[in-house]
Amino acid sequence: MKSALYASAAVIALAAIGTTSAFAQSRDTIQIAGSSTVLPFASIVAEEFGAAFPEFKTPVVGSGGTGGGLKQFCAGVGAETIDIANASRPIKTAEREACTTAGVTDIREIQFGYDGIVFASAAAGPDFALTPLQIYKAIAANVVVDGAFVPNPYTKWSEIDASLPDQTIALAIPGSNHGTREVFQEKVVTAGCEEAGLPEGHPDDACTALRQDVVIEIAGDYTETLARLTSNKDTVGVFGLSFYEQNKDTLKVATINGVVPSNESVIAGEYPVSRPLFFYVKGQHIGTIPGIEEYVQFFLSEGIAGNGGTLEAAGLIPQAPEKTAEVLAAFEAGASQ
Amino acid sequence: MTDTLSTTTNASAERTKLIRAGLRKRHLTEAIFKGFGLGAIVLALGFVALLFADVLSKGIPAFTQSNLHLSVTYDPETIGVDPAPVRTAGQSDADFRAANLKWQRDVALLNWNKVVEASLRAAAPAGFEIDSRQILTIAETNARHQIRDMFVADPTLLGKTIEVDVLASANADNWVKGNIDRNLGDAQQQLSAPARNLIDTFEANGTISSGFAWSIFTNVDSRAAPAAAGLAGAFMGSLYMMLVVILLAVPIGVASAIYLEEFAPKSRLTDLIEVNINNLAAVPSIVFGLLGAAVFINYLHLPLSAPLVGGLVLTLMTLPTIIIATRGALQGVSPALRQAALGMGASKTQMVFHHVLPVTLPSILTATIIGVAQAMGETAPLLLIGMNAFVASVPATPLDQATALPVQIFLWQGNENRNFFEARTSAAIIVLLGFMILLNAIAIFLRTRLEKRA
Repeated sequence: MKSALYASAAVIALAAIGTTSAFAQSRDTIQIAGSSTVLPFASIVAEEFGAAFPEFKTPVVGSGGTGGGLKQFCAGVGAETIDIANASRPIKTAEREACTTAGVTDIREIQFGYDGIVFASAAAGPDFALTPLQIYKAIAANVVVDGAFVPNPYTKWSEIDASLPDQTIALAIPGSNHGTREVFQEKVVTAGCEEAGLPEGHPDDACTALRQDVVIEIAGDYTETLARLTSNKDTVGVFGLSFYEQNKDTLKVATINGVVPSNESVIAGEYPVSRPLFFYVKGQHIGTIPGIEEYVQFFLSEGIAGNGGTLEAAGLIPQAPEKTAEVLAAFEAGASQ
Repeated sequence: MTDTLSTTTNASAERTKLIRAGLRKRHLTEAIFKGFGLGAIVLALGFVALLFADVLSKGIPAFTQSNLHLSVTYDPETIGVDPAPVRTAGQSDADFRAANLKWQRDVALLNWNKVVEASLRAAAPAGFEIDSRQILTIAETNARHQIRDMFVADPTLLGKTIEVDVLASANADNWVKGNIDRNLGDAQQQLSAPARNLIDTFEANGTISSGFAWSIFTNVDSRAAPAAAGLAGAFMGSLYMMLVVILLAVPIGVASAIYLEEFAPKSRLTDLIEVNINNLAAVPSIVFGLLGAAVFINYLHLPLSAPLVGGLVLTLMTLPTIIIATRGALQGVSPALRQAALGMGASKTQMVFHHVLPVTLPSILTATIIGVAQAMGETAPLLLIGMNAFVASVPATPLDQATALPVQIFLWQGNENRNFFEARTSAAIIVLLGFMILLNAIAIFLRTRLEKRA
């Protein structure tokens, strides 16, 4: 028993030494976190990168949403902070300030393609042909009815517009931790709100206040949204285009302004609810953590993010090669945008 | 005389009747209680059976996988690459390594999909019309890496044709297994019509066959090639965390329990400590995750996503459980044993380590294993220290990035390819449950053995 005691004491001492030696240890794996929309793309690139470059380890990709990722990114400089933050929206001024305060001054923005946001409902249900105005009317806390600004009276889609199905309004939208939420707010709700022509003297939050009885905010990923649709067949959910394409057998997509969301309609600029996707690179880590530059170049290469590349097969909408060349040139020049 | 006798008989008959009635009531109460107990057990077992039935029925299909048997030709026309560098006399190690690395990079950047496509076309009936994009959706995307790796390992394959088994893609696997309604229209199918027809042809001519999915155990997680996603990385991550927990929580926990129970003076301070330990055992695990993120990652600068950090957090979580269980075991030792030891002139330390501890060993061991098993199933604290990341490699040391089994279940549950990953998620749950049952079985086995010996 005595020897067991000594052994355990030795183990504790060893563990303590292991802990202290870890202080000095620098990392040789690129660490990435952020948007769950970008996650599948970044994971695929990470895997391919590990396979194509035998001298580098496969980068590790975490999620946590755009906001969560940028928060980790802006925590400081050093091996215990992440090198790349995935984002489904551009970095905000406040986030940039937080970064600067923590010493992260060299932030390089990489835009690598587009993603569409679709409205989808259960495949067995009726078809939806929506417009931003109709969606706004369905979910705003207060709407204009006969010139008066009143609490939202609609309970069914058909009450908003006769062309819509006679179905109870229920909309599952991404929570505020998702970058998708902002695009939804900007491209759908705000657009619909402006079209609605609010009366003079309406409250400031008229465009942003949503009614909580029909709107379900989803903090998790699209699988959770899908589960909502399965439990309540009347729900219309907000998904990424790529997620919808993987689950076409259970989902039916709604047209927006009469346009069917697809890679083609997003690239052509016809489909209104799309957004560019980004990742942010901590310039100060280039040279310290091996492989960051190669990762960025590999990500933006024709075979990966380009037309017909690996990511397009996974649902990314590629951007014009000129834009990619411009982004890559800015990255290589070290321009902190 | 007869009168008295009859009165006695009457009285006794009366008493028997009374007793009988009371007895019936008591028996009835007992029967009701037994019934309730049995009902409770049946209900509990029913839920367990339901869980197992659900998980098993969903997960077992994931243990078989569709494979493609292809004849792969390493056509020099498609593979336009210089021969592998041969070490020349006088070439330094570094030079040779650099040349080899360059060659590997050149090989990696070739379009190996062309080779895969050619092999798929060779297996298809002559004149089958399908475009290259559609035909490539049948084989999993890691096929090209597999074929390339074989070439890198043996560059003499150039110009030869070999038989290779590659994985069918996740969508092809769904189609073969019937996870997708075959009657749905083209617009609702993930695979194109020619690809679906070709899969059916392949199934008929034996190019596609089902086999045991070893990849679940041997491969790491994969996003690019869902059909190749496996649990190896998560399993190793869990194993490392378990080691850290056992190495740290057991000695610290047992030592503090012994001190508190046997040596510490009973004072207000030790009472306070006891109350706090009991409280800690009830603290939600996510709180330990927050603590771990603040202390180990932000303050001690330990690496993100490392099993060492995960193990440390789980150690904090398991410590109270082990301390409480050990103290309970120590309290259960009969005072006669202690007094006898002390009476024979043993010191307090000798009494504890020679007599009390060996008796309690079985219960301490059981508590430890159950505590560790509980820690293994924990997910919430790991999310906060970066262990919910996508990691595509097996951790070599506890300081390398890794995930853990329950986290892998969480990640697969959220994968966008629902039809494929629903089954994979259940398969991962089966593996985790199997692991837990094994740990608990070891605990029971050790306890019965040690108890017999004691």
